[in-house]
Amino acid sequence: MPFIPHTDDETAAMLEAIGVEQIEALFDEIAPALRSQAGEAVPPRLSEMEISRLMHERAGRDGIPTCFAGAGAYDHHIPAAVWELATRGEFYTAYTPYQAEASQGTLQLLYEYQTMMADLNAMEVSNASLYDGASALAEAALMAVRINRKAGSKRILVPRALHPNYRKTLRSIVSHQGILVEEIGFDHASGTVDPARLEQEAQDFAALVIAQPNFFGQLEDIDQLTDWAHSRGAMVIAVVNPVSLAVLKAPGEWGAKGADISCGEGQPLGIPLSSGGPYYGFLCTRQQFIRQMPGRLIGRTVDAEGKPGYTLTLQAREQHIRRSKATSNICTNQGLMVTASTIYMALMGTAGLEQVASACFDKTHGLVERIETLPAARRLFSGDYFHEAVVCLDAPVDSVMRAMQAQNILAGYPLAQDYPELGNSFLVCVTETRSAQDIERYFAHLQRILDKQAQIKCPIQPKM
Amino acid sequence: MLIFEQSRPGRKNRAQLSSQADSAGPVADRLPARLVRRRRLRWPEVSEGQVVRHYTRLSQQNFSIDTHFYPLGSCTMKHNPRASNKLAMLPGFLARHPLAPEPMSQGFMACLYDLQEILKAVTGMEAISLTPAAGAQGEFAGMAMIKAYHESRGDSARTEVLAPDAAHGTNPASAVMCGYRIREIPTRADGDIDFDALQQAIGPQTAGLMLTNPSTLGVFERDIEKIATMVHEAGGLLYYDGANLNAILGKVRPGDMGFDVIHINLHKTFSTPHGGGGPGAGPVGVAARLAPFLPVPVVAKQGDSYAWMTETELPQSIGRLSAFMGNAGVLLRAYVYARMIGREGLERIADYSVLNANYLMARLKKEGFDIAFSDRRATHEFILTLKRQAKELGVNAMDFAKRLLDYGMHAPTTYFPLLVPECLLIEPTETEDKQTLDRFVEAMCSILQEAQRNPDYVKAAPHTLPVKRLDDVRAARQPDLAWSADRDS
Repeated sequence: MPFIPHTDDETAAMLEAIGVEQIEALFDEIAPALRSQAGEAVPPRLSEMEISRLMHERAGRDGIPTCFAGAGAYDHHIPAAVWELATRGEFYTAYTPYQAEASQGTLQLLYEYQTMMADLNAMEVSNASLYDGASALAEAALMAVRINRKAGSKRILVPRALHPNYRKTLRSIVSHQGILVEEIGFDHASGTVDPARLEQEAQDFAALVIAQPNFFGQLEDIDQLTDWAHSRGAMVIAVVNPVSLAVLKAPGEWGAKGADISCGEGQPLGIPLSSGGPYYGFLCTRQQFIRQMPGRLIGRTVDAEGKPGYTLTLQAREQHIRRSKATSNICTNQGLMVTASTIYMALMGTAGLEQVASACFDKTHGLVERIETLPAARRLFSGDYFHEAVVCLDAPVDSVMRAMQAQNILAGYPLAQDYPELGNSFLVCVTETRSAQDIERYFAHLQRILDKQAQIKCPIQPKM
Repeated sequence: MLIFEQSRPGRKNRAQLSSQADSAGPVADRLPARLVRRRRLRWPEVSEGQVVRHYTRLSQQNFSIDTHFYPLGSCTMKHNPRASNKLAMLPGFLARHPLAPEPMSQGFMACLYDLQEILKAVTGMEAISLTPAAGAQGEFAGMAMIKAYHESRGDSARTEVLAPDAAHGTNPASAVMCGYRIREIPTRADGDIDFDALQQAIGPQTAGLMLTNPSTLGVFERDIEKIATMVHEAGGLLYYDGANLNAILGKVRPGDMGFDVIHINLHKTFSTPHGGGGPGAGPVGVAARLAPFLPVPVVAKQGDSYAWMTETELPQSIGRLSAFMGNAGVLLRAYVYARMIGREGLERIADYSVLNANYLMARLKKEGFDIAFSDRRATHEFILTLKRQAKELGVNAMDFAKRLLDYGMHAPTTYFPLLVPECLLIEPTETEDKQTLDRFVEAMCSILQEAQRNPDYVKAAPHTLPVKRLDDVRAARQPDLAWSADRDS
């Protein structure tokens, strides 16, 4: 019996104390007609050795390509200490810190997280995590509508250059409450929000979402967009990449007043790619809006002897107290991911994160500039970009991607499905983890594959 | 001491800084000023040694399953097998990009597909989606599917969801997020739902009923078949909150009880770690008529290979709940656990979790403690009420809970469900041995004696932890949510 410690003698003694003959008697309140078996579909048990063999085989089956894909999940270096510490049993197997006195480790760590995350965003407060970046945006939209009741509008303006899966997630979560998500197209030269399109937006709206960098890696004119939305009485929701904030203007610094809510995906800060999760969503705002925030918040207080300590606070916002009137239904969050991220932030420090951001910026620009020298490839948009760019090919993207995969290179994320209007384009990202040799190999294979594609298109010259 | 208080200007953790000179100079110089950060980050400047010691020491201030008995009712804090963690963190799984194409994802997708099949068999549902990131997101997905189902039939009159007054707070909160009104149904003195009140509340406005079975009161809802028939006859759907699935694994399946939509908390029943607050995973299962509405992505098997089903294959889907594949790493951990438990082990989980709860209940009852619903069988958990002690000695459930911490045991869930005054909801789980349960009984008896002799001492507990009882009122009235050097210097 895996993980069940009882001996037969103990079981017998326990049954006697209860006053029944068999364990089965403890289930006598369930109507016999309902009783069933899990059935043959559940496979027989495996020993630890057997399941290890199976999982090694499956983990190995997919290979580990050199990753040049970003699109919302980024392959950054994670210091060895991060997961060594985060998987300590005392962090890994604790529950939500309801009993504060027995959870000071997790609680103090989360308070440190809130401090560093708020600082990164140049906002006043951060919550203790949401599920991921996309669902954090949905919570931010609900929060903005709650705060901005006076606008009398339930419309949220969202750039089409926001991550497609964020737009989809936002719709699935907020549409049930009568909130309308309207897309603003992008300018086809710059790949950023089209200002002319904004000016048509005469109607009232509750909030404008600004993604920086946007899905294409392009940098928006955040000051202008922020001030424009504020001048119309709307809230500004920033969706940002946390690594970029070491260099890029932080949401609290946008425009004259700063963004009102800032959210995004925490994965770049110490979380492995791991097929998309678990990651965590961060959400920051101004002090004045804390009672409208979703999710857990940790506060510093004092104990009975005046000594500082930490506790879950403002719980009157939450489902276990407020039930149907809670700011969100969230209960379990992504505590362990935030644990890892906090350790990452402390290990990297300001200088470390700045260097990661710079390396990503330089390496991406370096590769993209080389790609632009190829006759059959070009960068699609003009203007500033951070660590991702859209590359357009004179060849079918899917077959080029497949040819790169054959070289064990994940060359990027094809855009045709989400943006058919962009033709043969893909998104490429280079993080600090890619070496000069990795980049050289990428370029050499891309060049070779594009040359080959071009030859296929050329009429065969007759031999003289 | 906070990590910030160990920071000194100019200290660097050079192991994390590049060994190559930064020839290009600061990136800020290559971007227009309007796009560049104004105020530099103020993260701590500390060494790796300081970080490791600081967070190791913090970890030691936690109670956890690895270190303490943790009988937190409704949370199923059982042993988390080490194999689950180790195997989910194999390099091939950690390095996989979520948007990697299907041919480079077959090993990972095989695990998810197998897990879907296992969960179908365990729950008796027709189809599973693994994407919800936690129980509450599973509830949201379930409610959204119920809404989509009624809408697909042009049935727009169903605006109300019913739930027992003892339901988890997430139930009403999730229903409201889906645009429903919530109506609470009272519970009878014997712990079952008030059938007559339910009958009166139900009607053409009823979209569905959310039920936890075994209920949050630690008893099996005996009228479940009658309830299912009544809800279905009224055109409503039945939602199963899987928080307490551990008690009935292999014994009775939600699908066989008549539930149309369910969620499963893998971080409870399938023993993935709780991580100090998460991540969890809340897969949803549905009856056949709701399968078209499942959240995406879902894994399909085509011959020998696996493929993603997204909005294209499931056009009526309620959509996406996160950017990628929910909490994929948690799903892998649950899969390893499910394979190690296997067909023959499922029922034993129910057997021994229920045995442990009934044993603990019987022993505490014998020691003179008051058990709520004491005429009923306990399921995997039960409720003890300290109403009498609170009145006679002035020592309440919270005081007992805090004093238990001094005895090296995590407190049970306190003051939930709200129906039972001064309650402790106690769930020992199947992975605890008899000796541990006996020590818990001894601790409770000992605290009771202390409460009789010196109630103030118990009311001031805990006495042996890093902090004394914390001032929650001050925390809420004067919110201090981030540290600032200016304030403390």
